[in-house]
Amino acid sequence: MGMAAAESQFHVLAVDDSVIDRKLIERLLKTSSYQVTTVDSGSKALQFLGLYEEAEEDQQTNPPQTPCVSPTNNHHQEVEVNLVITDYCMPGMTGYDLLKKIKESSSLRNIPVVIMSSENVPSRISRCLEEGAEEFFLKPVRLSDLNRLKPHIMKTKIKDQQNLEKLEESEETQFQSPPPTLPLQEQQQQQQEQQPPSNNKRKAMEEGLSPDRTRPRYNGIATPV
Amino acid sequence: MEVGQMQRSLVDYTKSLFLEGVLDGQFLQLQQLQDETNPDFVAEVVSLFFEDSQRLLNDLTRTLDQPNVDFKIVDAHVHQLKGSSSSIGAQRVKNSCIAFRNFCEAQNIEGCMRCLQQVKQEYFLAKNKLETLFRLEQQIVAAGGSIPMMELSF
Repeated sequence: MGMAAAESQFHVLAVDDSVIDRKLIERLLKTSSYQVTTVDSGSKALQFLGLYEEAEEDQQTNPPQTPCVSPTNNHHQEVEVNLVITDYCMPGMTGYDLLKKIKESSSLRNIPVVIMSSENVPSRISRCLEEGAEEFFLKPVRLSDLNRLKPHIMKTKIKDQQNLEKLEESEETQFQSPPPTLPLQEQQQQQQEQQPPSNNKRKAMEEGLSPDRTRPRYNGIATPV
Repeated sequence: MEVGQMQRSLVDYTKSLFLEGVLDGQFLQLQQLQDETNPDFVAEVVSLFFEDSQRLLNDLTRTLDQPNVDFKIVDAHVHQLKGSSSSIGAQRVKNSCIAFRNFCEAQNIEGCMRCLQQVKQEYFLAKNKLETLFRLEQQIVAAGGSIPMMELSF
């Protein structure tokens, strides 16, 4: 996946044991211009994300050479995933179990997770949100629900970029590339929307953001081609 | 039959499915997801639903025939059927699954048996009607017409 592809299309991993619901969520996401991978179980999702039990142990005894600052650590993950959307009720590993595994993993915890369920059980919803899920969608998922995904992806992008900047300080000159246009604007809008409408805060935010314009995007560097 | 007349009868037929509660708004969601790049999306999803439902109904029949009924298994099957019927908008199948699960929770075997018959009946009704709907669509396409878009006012 090259830089341009990564910018125009975010990649969503959809997890559902029902073949009907996989087909449906795949179509919904593609209609909303996402790149989609579907798998039928939580363990296959973890496999796709590059999280193996052995790899976790390996990481504890032999830490990877690059500091683990982002979800797309090359050591673990072969394909960048910008968001995971998973069914709650699945045989074996439930969507809740999958959520916990992702949030417990140093390399994956920044990936936003959205849970889908056909049952409106308040305790279940709050349990998922407490565990770090970004959203809880009631099934059947509708096109209008998908509008709620983008902000979570953009929020993570900003976090990733901030993390990357720390890493980049010393090697900035190696990665000169033209600033992205549209995605950055979206990020700015996103950040502004999240800020309370205070002029001081916004000004500070804009100052903080301006160096970004000359920075390369994280995707182009860390995503294996 | 001329194309215009076929299109009108397709619209009327579709409307009757909503009025009878065979289909609900979710079916329109599916239709919205169908376009030139995916001209058979609805038919594909619905045929997956037929396969899946047939398997689940067979499993349910077998499970409820056992001398010691495992209600957890029954409930799991009904839960799946409820999910897939709700995903394609087969409203009456979904509603009969909801009633089924209540009897399952109460471990009421007679209730479960009655509900199984009810679910089967609703499933075959939906299957029949959806097959007719697709046949009408195919006839219109074969005659060189386009499928009229349903209004989202249900």
